[in-house]
Amino acid sequence: MVGERGIMSAHVVPKKTYIAVWITLMILTVVTAAVSRIDLGKVSAIVALTIATGKALLVVLFFMGVKYISQKMTIVVIVAGIFWLAILMVLSMADYGTRLWS
Amino acid sequence: MGMWVFLITEIMFFGGMFTAYMVYRYMYYQAFVAGSEKMDFWWGTINTVVLICSSLTMALAVRSSQIGQRKALVVLLIITMLFGCVFMGIKAIEYTGHWKEHQFPGTNFHFEGPDPQHVEIFFSLYWAMTGFHALHMLIGIIIVGVIAFYSWRGKYGPDYYNPVENVGLYWHFVDMVWIYLYPLLYLISHKHGG
Amino acid sequence: MATSPTPAAERENYLNTEYGIRSWLLTTDHKRIALLYLLLITFFFFIGGFFALLIRLELLTPAGDLVQADTYNKLFTMHGQVMVFFFLIPAIPAVLGNFLIPIMIGAKDLAFPRINLFSWYLLVIGGLLMMYTILTGGADTGWTFYPPFSTAFAKSQVVTAALAIFVAGFSSILTGLNFIVTIHRMRAPGMTWSRLPLFVWANYATSIIQVLGTPVLAITLMLVALDRLFDFGIFDPQRGGDPLLFQHLFWFYSHPAVYIMILPGMGVVSEVVSCFSRKRIFGYKFMALALIAIAVLGFLVWAHHMFVAGISLYAALVFSLLSYLVAVPSAIKVFNWTATMYKGSISYATPMLYAFGFIGLFTMGGLTGLFLAALGVDVHVTDTYFVIAHFHYIMVGGMVMAYIGGLHFWWPKISGRMYPEAWGKLAALIIFVGFNLTFFPQFVLGYLGMPRRYWQYSPEFQVLNVLSTAGATILAVGYVLPMVYFLWSMRYGKVADENPWGAAGLEWMTASPPPIFNFDETPVVTWEAYDYANLKEVAVEP
Repeated sequence: MVGERGIMSAHVVPKKTYIAVWITLMILTVVTAAVSRIDLGKVSAIVALTIATGKALLVVLFFMGVKYISQKMTIVVIVAGIFWLAILMVLSMADYGTRLWS
Repeated sequence: MGMWVFLITEIMFFGGMFTAYMVYRYMYYQAFVAGSEKMDFWWGTINTVVLICSSLTMALAVRSSQIGQRKALVVLLIITMLFGCVFMGIKAIEYTGHWKEHQFPGTNFHFEGPDPQHVEIFFSLYWAMTGFHALHMLIGIIIVGVIAFYSWRGKYGPDYYNPVENVGLYWHFVDMVWIYLYPLLYLISHKHGG
Repeated sequence: MATSPTPAAERENYLNTEYGIRSWLLTTDHKRIALLYLLLITFFFFIGGFFALLIRLELLTPAGDLVQADTYNKLFTMHGQVMVFFFLIPAIPAVLGNFLIPIMIGAKDLAFPRINLFSWYLLVIGGLLMMYTILTGGADTGWTFYPPFSTAFAKSQVVTAALAIFVAGFSSILTGLNFIVTIHRMRAPGMTWSRLPLFVWANYATSIIQVLGTPVLAITLMLVALDRLFDFGIFDPQRGGDPLLFQHLFWFYSHPAVYIMILPGMGVVSEVVSCFSRKRIFGYKFMALALIAIAVLGFLVWAHHMFVAGISLYAALVFSLLSYLVAVPSAIKVFNWTATMYKGSISYATPMLYAFGFIGLFTMGGLTGLFLAALGVDVHVTDTYFVIAHFHYIMVGGMVMAYIGGLHFWWPKISGRMYPEAWGKLAALIIFVGFNLTFFPQFVLGYLGMPRRYWQYSPEFQVLNVLSTAGATILAVGYVLPMVYFLWSMRYGKVADENPWGAAGLEWMTASPPPIFNFDETPVVTWEAYDYANLKEVAVEP
């Protein structure tokens, strides 16, 4: 079978790190909730998504252990997934974004 | 590696809905603002906190399996499940509320205000996206339960904890979907109604 | 090669190691699962073919006289759905890929044997749902399910058809996942990426598409089902929705899907052409890269199915340009197969005849794709028989020929028997003639303006339609022949030794049929792929 010890292999993340990540996620949640109450117009979407991406990165890197993986292939897989979703979104917007041009 | 490959299929699965959301929000922004004002800001925020806590307990559970702490592993998995159940309970409350307020698309739908058609689209996406997310949560809770059972039987330890790790990856992924759903559905408007 | 091969029955192999229905239905042996798939998809090929024959019967006369218009809509819908999702998509990967990939890389089985069996059961369940759909009247939306017809107006079995395809899609995803992990993790010592047979590369590229594209189809079908069941209106223009959004999401998968269908066929052709030219494939590296390039570029072109649907002109320009790009790696492959044959020692065994057919017909289909990618031409021929001819040249003239050719090439390995060569050649010829007679007239019909999906047509189109139907009958005969003689050969065919073709590749260095764990000892690879100049013997069999 494939890798019975799991991809995190021998690296055990200290409890403190997990707690620190958790606290940061909580803070970011409060921030995003609070900022949403301010009328920033178009910018609010960018701010909200940036914070969400920050939270997602924390989850991926620490909780899911990607920071500690030795296998580059796993990173390739993750990047490919995100890239492919970007293809779907960007090329669809190539249509919707330009419909009013002519 | 297999689990990561599976997770990118999930990225594309949810991604289809996120694309639909992006397209419609781009075209009908005001309607999305109006629809988002009908979301319950507090329930949504509490649920976000609940899921983040569940990710912490899940990560700690995987760590316990790595160092052979059987009891801690079982307890942490069960707490993770409980957080999941709290999430589902809150969603049930929200869904009931939305249903009563005629915010389920179809013949029952009713919205006082401009552009109700596109507000209905917002709600269609809300129900579809959170519905599939909730379904994934439910499956996750069940699988964590199965793993908790086997953990209690002593199946996992430093030499074999792959299933615990894989379930953890799935759980964190479902949490991440919610991390994006929360601002996209609940935080569009700077006015938060209920 | 061994002088007097022991008949399979006297030696333990994957076929006789255990008997009884449980040993088949609960097997985790990739070779047995491949045969389970073979049975399943052959069944669906018949079902899809049956609908095709009814279509061609109706089109013998200009009037709509065989069936009602609504029934005709169901015929072409079910033909498309069954053929695409229950035959074309699984065929080469699930049958030949499943059987051969572990052996070709020197492994004992796939990475996840139980998930492999589960994939088969998923296709069975999807198939049962599809049969239920058919028996309760079928769907009539076209295989493309376009809303708002499919969501708001169709009075047919749309939801069950969508569910059937949804389940079949998961079968496809899991197979792709299994192949990716297997090829990454389970290659034998010395089997580096650059020594992999192109058939393995082809299935790897296919698996990437399956994993990244199919989930989008899954969610799109779910949204259609939600729209229909709960009246969501998400794609309904009368409710504020955009039907084009469905088309974007649908074609994001369904265009790469056609590459899921053709790439494995290209893999087969590389193996066959190399063997029957007694020469290593020309430009191995470019062939492998071309496969990956097709897989990636194939995701960037989907809206060429939507040129006249109402997308913006600027988007149409972008997608038209990208569609031209994707033809380049395909062309590279055709040139390289030709270069492989140049100064090779060509023999004309049945698999090679199918490979020739593939190269010629795929090229024609591919070139006509370029016609369609040109915006001006597309406006004229879209939704006509020109499009139908185009994709059938690739799907049937290309992929199905590669599939049948592959079955012939590896039949001795799978069954331990040779098929009768004369019948093989005859069937190949009948299929080639029947195919061209069926589909070439359709290019002309489309150009002259006959629309697709119409159950009646203008009388001046009749002659070409009659030719097409005649061709379809001949084609049907051609397809039945191999089924008959393959079955015959299992009892009466000449017993095959390990390497009846003298081909290169690890699969030809183990017994025919292989032992249950493929090799008696894990091979250690020290030679390059297609090493026809010095065919090595690996000491894996007494």
